[in-house]
Amino acid sequence: MRLTVDGKQIEIDADPDMPLLWALRDLAGILGPKFGCGIAACGACTVLIDGSPVRSCVLPIGGVEGEIVTIEGLARDGTLSVVQQAWLDEQVAQCGYCQAGQIMSATALLDEIENPTDEDIDNAMSGNLCRCGTYPRIRAAIKRAAATKLARA
Amino acid sequence: MASIGKITRRAFLIGATAITGGIAVGYYLYRRPYPNPLEDELAEGEATFNPYVKIAGDGAITVIAPRAEMGQGISTTLAALVAEELDVPLEAVTVEHGPASYAYYNSEMLAEGGPFPFWDESIMAETVRGAMGGVGKVLGLQGTGGSSSTRDGFDRMRQAGAAARQMLVAAAATSLGVAARDLATGDGRITHAASGRSVGYGDVAAAAAELDPPSEVVLKQRADWRILGKSQNRVDMRDKVTGAPIFGVDVVQPDMLFGTVRMSPRFWQKATRADLSKAQAMPGVVKVVPIDTTYGSGFGVIADNTWAAFRAAEAIEVEWGTAGYPADSAGMTARLKEALASPGGNSARDEGDVDTAFADAPGERLVEAEYEVPFLAHMCMEPMTATARLRDGVLDVWSPNQFPTMTRQLCADVAGIETDKVNVHTTSLGGGFGRRGEMDFSMYATALAREAGGRPVKVTWTREEDTRHDTYRPAAAGRFRARLGSDGSPEAVEMRIASPSVVAGILRRTFPSISPMGPDKSIVDGACNQPYTIPHYRVTGIEADLGVPVGFWRAVGNSFNGFFHECFMDEIAERGGTDPVELRRRLMKDYPAALAVVDKVATMSDWGSPLADGTAKGFAFTLSFGSWVGEVVQVSQSDAGLRIDKVWIAADVGTALDPGILEAQLVSGAIYGLSAAMGQEITFADGMVEQSNFHDHDAMRMHQCPAFEVAILENFHKMGGAGEIGTPPALPALANAVFALTGKRIRTLPLSKEVSFA
Repeated sequence: MRLTVDGKQIEIDADPDMPLLWALRDLAGILGPKFGCGIAACGACTVLIDGSPVRSCVLPIGGVEGEIVTIEGLARDGTLSVVQQAWLDEQVAQCGYCQAGQIMSATALLDEIENPTDEDIDNAMSGNLCRCGTYPRIRAAIKRAAATKLARA
Repeated sequence: MASIGKITRRAFLIGATAITGGIAVGYYLYRRPYPNPLEDELAEGEATFNPYVKIAGDGAITVIAPRAEMGQGISTTLAALVAEELDVPLEAVTVEHGPASYAYYNSEMLAEGGPFPFWDESIMAETVRGAMGGVGKVLGLQGTGGSSSTRDGFDRMRQAGAAARQMLVAAAATSLGVAARDLATGDGRITHAASGRSVGYGDVAAAAAELDPPSEVVLKQRADWRILGKSQNRVDMRDKVTGAPIFGVDVVQPDMLFGTVRMSPRFWQKATRADLSKAQAMPGVVKVVPIDTTYGSGFGVIADNTWAAFRAAEAIEVEWGTAGYPADSAGMTARLKEALASPGGNSARDEGDVDTAFADAPGERLVEAEYEVPFLAHMCMEPMTATARLRDGVLDVWSPNQFPTMTRQLCADVAGIETDKVNVHTTSLGGGFGRRGEMDFSMYATALAREAGGRPVKVTWTREEDTRHDTYRPAAAGRFRARLGSDGSPEAVEMRIASPSVVAGILRRTFPSISPMGPDKSIVDGACNQPYTIPHYRVTGIEADLGVPVGFWRAVGNSFNGFFHECFMDEIAERGGTDPVELRRRLMKDYPAALAVVDKVATMSDWGSPLADGTAKGFAFTLSFGSWVGEVVQVSQSDAGLRIDKVWIAADVGTALDPGILEAQLVSGAIYGLSAAMGQEITFADGMVEQSNFHDHDAMRMHQCPAFEVAILENFHKMGGAGEIGTPPALPALANAVFALTGKRIRTLPLSKEVSFA
């Protein structure tokens, strides 16, 4: 079957029940989305499908319609997205394993709400677990990214 | 004497002299006894000066930071130590973990393993520290743990940079025909000011590497630091915001297969009956193979992709042997209580005359309590994983691990080859917390590689397998009593703590033929070595084997003893009618570093000022891994449950090399502890762990995360650790805040058994 991932068409030959995460990682070699739980409980595997954050570890590829964007598709020609740059500026990541998922969820949040409140951030981000406890810096980075986007608008 | 305090013990022992412009220390020791592993793997035109520095002809500088990067920022700080002395910007160096090598031994990890508290600088205590550190060196133990990497690397990495710089300058002097003393370094160039001529590091690297290393090197004075002491951008941050393939799960090798494991859920047991046919016949499955190691027994699946391997592992029909230990949590608790009630144990601190002090204690002056904490899983975000290839008698293991030399040795045993035929490639770790100091995931990958016909196999555990086959933070129980004086201060305190031994657990699964020597300090660590002066003060550890594999978990013994000690101090304060912070000020008056931390965090949190209704604060202090840490937690009641509003942390780490990374570590450690205190426990039924994934062993989420305010102090003259120190006081500070708010003294964790959090 054919998927559109990070602006490229890819052909996947697999059981339609295979979760999108494993098709991306093991078959397509797109390693940005991470495996954390397999039950949509941690958010490390988050990708965007038509702009909405989706837990790819529980989504069968047979059911995928729309354009998939992973963490690998956010930067353009080596220039980080506003959200990625905010993560860099706030020095958010520690082990970094959950951060691809965190950044995808934050990207979707800021696409939907240009200036999110703390409660908006709680609602959008509580599905993304971080065992290193980077939450305070994630919150700061989301606010920084929002400010940057608003200043550019 | 102050200047001697600044010079480390090791430098002191081999003879140090303070000279103008820096501190000269003997350098020769650092080249012995192990050869430089980089000499075998230099690229064309590359030169190496010591096990930590390589410079190419084009001036490209590579620093080896041979400690596991698990989020604590150690690759950045170790590289900063080298860059500072090499006189180059941190951005100018590429940082690699490097190979497994005895040259990268950690001599600090074991140094505090002796029976002396951190502040004890008697000759005996220092001698034992030196000897314990020497064990790490003799064993060539390359490891990351015990919050030791910065303390271990502080001298060694700076000396590596300084020695390389001196050699480069010497070579430049020859090349330019001038005296070395007339040359200056900066930004990777060596300049002769008088003539304006200069050469790049790359121009003279090859010639410099041929020179004899200097017999002594001159280190910069702190006032001259340009990188150290300031917050740096982490060297791996860009990779981590772009999803770069840096973790164990991201390893890709040509012709690679995928796999997973299904190990006996009852520890130390094997399959009594197994039918592999269904699993074997599933699409994408290459082979189902038995695994039998000192860690455990079960099966591995080799497949075309990870998902196929997961499904086949689930399809294995198997019955396992019955547990040879208490089959459920109630039975384990009973065994802990039995151990507590039995006489004996090892008194790790025994001052005054405790027995006499309690013999005639009037009831109204007596405080007694029993506490208990559960087993805990690490729950690293990256489930256990490793990739292995056994081809032509050579084993390559790509592994996110904390102990490369041990990994090399135990994987060699599994493969049936000599250790010099094993290459360990250490990737970034998606969380470690002590779990990745184990060798099981690397050994299992090796076991599958043996059956893969020379092809590499990437073995990833399911989250369920990870949760149920951890090396758990030990459960523990304690009995505490205090006799209060007329002013409410404790005249006598006795603590008895029973817990499984982490050291015995590790030996059982790594080197089963070796018996542990002496009592395990981890049972009492965080209770027996706290900076309190109490006339009669005894802390006794009692080892109680529960049959469950236990291991290092962020702060280990401190993570439960901090809870025990500091909640009991809160009980003493309350019964004696003393403010909890005031009680600490009285009892810690002999320890100025502790006192300063207490005062700082009290000031920051405005301790003692009136609070809004439905709001309360709790305080706790723990000295662990050489750092003095006080925390105040504020909780409030909301309609949805208890909320943690804010946490204030003051920490004295002696020398703060990177304030930004330290702040991140303190917050991280506190959140790790708060997560455990709020809701985590590993329980048992039928000999098996009952929890399996984040739905039943969760951690703090964004909406539960408090605001933080952190102060870093540098009063104490010895450097402390960073990675674990935020954890121990977080649990008791929260429990004490919950008591202040609700009046419930919760002595058994997690707190969620008695209160609910929003």
